[in-house]
Amino acid sequence: MSAEYEPTIIAFCCNWCAYSAADLAGVSRMQYPPNVRVIRLMCTGRVNPNFILKAFELGADGVLVSG
Amino acid sequence: MCAQACPITAGNEFNRGFDFRAAIYIKYAQAVPLAYTIDRDLCIGCGLCEKVCLAEAIRYDDEPRRTELEAGAVVLALGNAPFDPRGLDTYSYAEFPNVVTSMEFERILSATGPYQGHVQRPSDLKGPQKIAWLQCIGSRDINRCDHPYCSSVCCMYSIKEAVIAKEHSEHDLDTAIFFMDMRTYGKDFEKYYNRAKEEAGVRFVRARVHSVIEDPESNDLILRYADESGNIQVETFDMVVLSIGLETPKGLVELAERLDIDLDKDNFVETGTFTPVETSRKGVYVCGTFLEPKDIPYSVMESSAAACGAEEILSDVRGTLVKEKTYPEERDVSGQEPRTGVFVCNCGINIGGIVDVPAVTEYARTLPGVVYTEHNLFTCSQDTQGKIAEVIKEERLNRVVVASCTPKTHEPMFQETLRDAGLNKYLFEMANIRNQCSWVHNNREEATEKSKDLVRMAVARAQLIESLPQPTVSVDHKALVIGGGVAGMTAALALADQGFHTYLVEQSKELGGNALKLIDTWRGEEISGPIKEMVKQLEDHPLVDVYTESNIKEATGFVGNFETTISQNGTDVTVKHGGVIVAVGAEEYKPSEYLYGDDDRVLTHLDLDSAIRSKEERITKAKTAVFIQCVGSREPERPYCSKVCCTHTMHSALHLKEMNPEMDIYVLYRDIRTYGQREELYAEARRRGVIFIRYDLEQKPEVKKNGGGISVGVKDPILGRDIEISPDLLVLACAIVPRDNSPLAEVYKLALNEEGFFLEAHAKLRPVESATGGIFLAGMAHYPKAIEESIAQAKAAASRASVVLSRDELTIEGVISNVNEILCRGCGKCEDACPFGAIAVTEREEGKRAAYVQGALCKGCGACAVACPTGAAAVRHFTDSQVLTMVEAALAM
Repeated sequence: MSAEYEPTIIAFCCNWCAYSAADLAGVSRMQYPPNVRVIRLMCTGRVNPNFILKAFELGADGVLVSG
Repeated sequence: MCAQACPITAGNEFNRGFDFRAAIYIKYAQAVPLAYTIDRDLCIGCGLCEKVCLAEAIRYDDEPRRTELEAGAVVLALGNAPFDPRGLDTYSYAEFPNVVTSMEFERILSATGPYQGHVQRPSDLKGPQKIAWLQCIGSRDINRCDHPYCSSVCCMYSIKEAVIAKEHSEHDLDTAIFFMDMRTYGKDFEKYYNRAKEEAGVRFVRARVHSVIEDPESNDLILRYADESGNIQVETFDMVVLSIGLETPKGLVELAERLDIDLDKDNFVETGTFTPVETSRKGVYVCGTFLEPKDIPYSVMESSAAACGAEEILSDVRGTLVKEKTYPEERDVSGQEPRTGVFVCNCGINIGGIVDVPAVTEYARTLPGVVYTEHNLFTCSQDTQGKIAEVIKEERLNRVVVASCTPKTHEPMFQETLRDAGLNKYLFEMANIRNQCSWVHNNREEATEKSKDLVRMAVARAQLIESLPQPTVSVDHKALVIGGGVAGMTAALALADQGFHTYLVEQSKELGGNALKLIDTWRGEEISGPIKEMVKQLEDHPLVDVYTESNIKEATGFVGNFETTISQNGTDVTVKHGGVIVAVGAEEYKPSEYLYGDDDRVLTHLDLDSAIRSKEERITKAKTAVFIQCVGSREPERPYCSKVCCTHTMHSALHLKEMNPEMDIYVLYRDIRTYGQREELYAEARRRGVIFIRYDLEQKPEVKKNGGGISVGVKDPILGRDIEISPDLLVLACAIVPRDNSPLAEVYKLALNEEGFFLEAHAKLRPVESATGGIFLAGMAHYPKAIEESIAQAKAAASRASVVLSRDELTIEGVISNVNEILCRGCGKCEDACPFGAIAVTEREEGKRAAYVQGALCKGCGACAVACPTGAAAVRHFTDSQVLTMVEAALAM
């Protein structure tokens, strides 16, 4: 692994849109950096502000809420 | 592997010959089933594919088999073929590499296409600077291809292609669409057209194209065309796209003959306005473009309508061939230490080709709570399912994790395997290491590390998930249809004929709606006879209760269990029912413009139909008539096309010409939108001498009183000068406007679009369902449409409703909200947050108020859990700890 800065990103994705879009990106073979870890939720309405704070507290460099 | 081993290389038809495939191939990446097939015409018989297949899935010596099926009804959904423009010398499609068809351009734009979605032209693979689309290739043309009809879909797909090409292009791409009439008549189509013009900057050029010639040096294309005023213009493009229409291929014509189905003169299946999906042969139904060119939503509507036809004739035997599946009793795993099994999939080479699957499997073994791991060539294959079920029993697994593709497609299948092995289906978790890893990353080390992380997150979550109850609720088999027009009556009859008791509610004194105001259909079929027949059938039907002069007052409940109060002349009746069809129709816009209401020579379409029917003197004695199109439609305050008015104007003009062949008739229009076979009425009107003059929104016709007469002034774009007509009749082709739908939308929690029409669950794929379970849409309440389309949509709604109504019980999903009443203090924040009306604060016992969840309404979104200040409301399967453990696992490196 190189010593370059590699951010870790937590993504909270809605099952019905953003998660499906991430799947579609796969079907379309769109290449993107492997730094994101997707957590599937039934709706981004489920995203408690605590989830975001917790992610930062545990060392996430970015949080994406997409839905 | 088989395709790699195959020595044959052939043009790939799916990518229109722009790239290559082997003799053993998958037709396209999203094919269902996603399995290889051998092209016997190309195969040389080497048998290599069979030897290299690890799964031993190839039966190389397989022979065609003949299977006979007994069926009570047949649905033909045979589709259509794109028009082949090779015969048209004007465009030199076969000669010039940079002249492509719209189908080829679709593939060029596609990420799975020959150029990976980059906009490139075939001759030199360079990114074009200028692309032209030529409309109506193989449509509206009797001189060169004998296709008098409009193919209905090409205007929209060309706009879409132009907009997407601009988005995909790395530089500023100039796109120009050369057209005769822009036919964006569908729901929300006009807004898309406006956005393409105003926001995306697509150029729209009203023109007739003379020829396309090529500059042999650059392979650029020189387009000669006549503009609207008839002047010849020349412009050079890097690429030309031919917007080809649809036609019935020869094979289908022959098949129709073998099936003894009548085709019309354009080789589409012959149907009637009141029987839009019935063929000439009883029990054989048809849907989609084999019937007439059409877009996806109308094809989907017709497919459900065809299913409805089959359901009606087979209602006596419904369900008799169904075999009920049984499951072993669920093991109680509560309180047990998690014993997790992890199955990692290679997905052939889809995952294994990038991710080090054995390493991920080995890593999974080290995770807490994991007692069993293995990796499979295809975890989803049937034999692996059997194996997973065995392992669950042998290893006493109480959690299962599969690391493979996406839960969106495969979770239900794996959950089924859990149930077969006696585990609750919610004790399952997936790690998406294909769609969201191996397919999007090409570095083996990075993709393997990410896969390990995803498996760790899934395993962590698996430790905390629990068995969930899935209670059932009983279903009331009765239906409520709101609206007694042609759509509502059709839906009510279709439901009652399938054996469902139906309440039909109509606000006016009699059934029939707008259709009764029309003289006949555009095909010339009588309307009032069939409508009266329907009314009689409804009134005599033992399973139909008709409520006229009635309105919906209030409603409670959810899919399968609604309770609606109908107010009939002030008396309230409450009915229970399992489903609702909303078919409240729409109405004609009453204009304030063009002297309407001031002068009785100014009529709307419906006024004209009534006046023609009663042979009023103002009609019979008229010498000159003017029609003005788009009155109230396609305006800033009503930015949609009312779809039916152009056809109705043609039909009315022909009626007038029939009464008085000498009558001078002028039609002032913006675009003539006689889509599909309605185009023939337009051609007929021109043949009979009706004069068409185009006007722009910015320069509308002017109507004045002139002494005792009316004067209509308009600028003729061909002559380039103002002309004035003094008609005895001025007919306004008025917009179709929605009724005041908000009270009904409020009662059933339905959404309306910006214009006030009811919103469907999905514009293309679920055009008759509302977003609320058990409630369906039909007819002009959804959008203006012709009678045959309203009937098809009504039958489709009845068919979709019968899927609910025919069941005895519905299972409520386990992933729903749940309130801990001890923690709840009844503040009602959850109630405010819930978009589905599924949670409400009620008095649970004397003095104790708490939130209560109606499981059938809850979609598990979790908005209540976030709003709840005490932690009383929680969504099962997505509790705080079940989510946060994934965050922790993701970051625990």
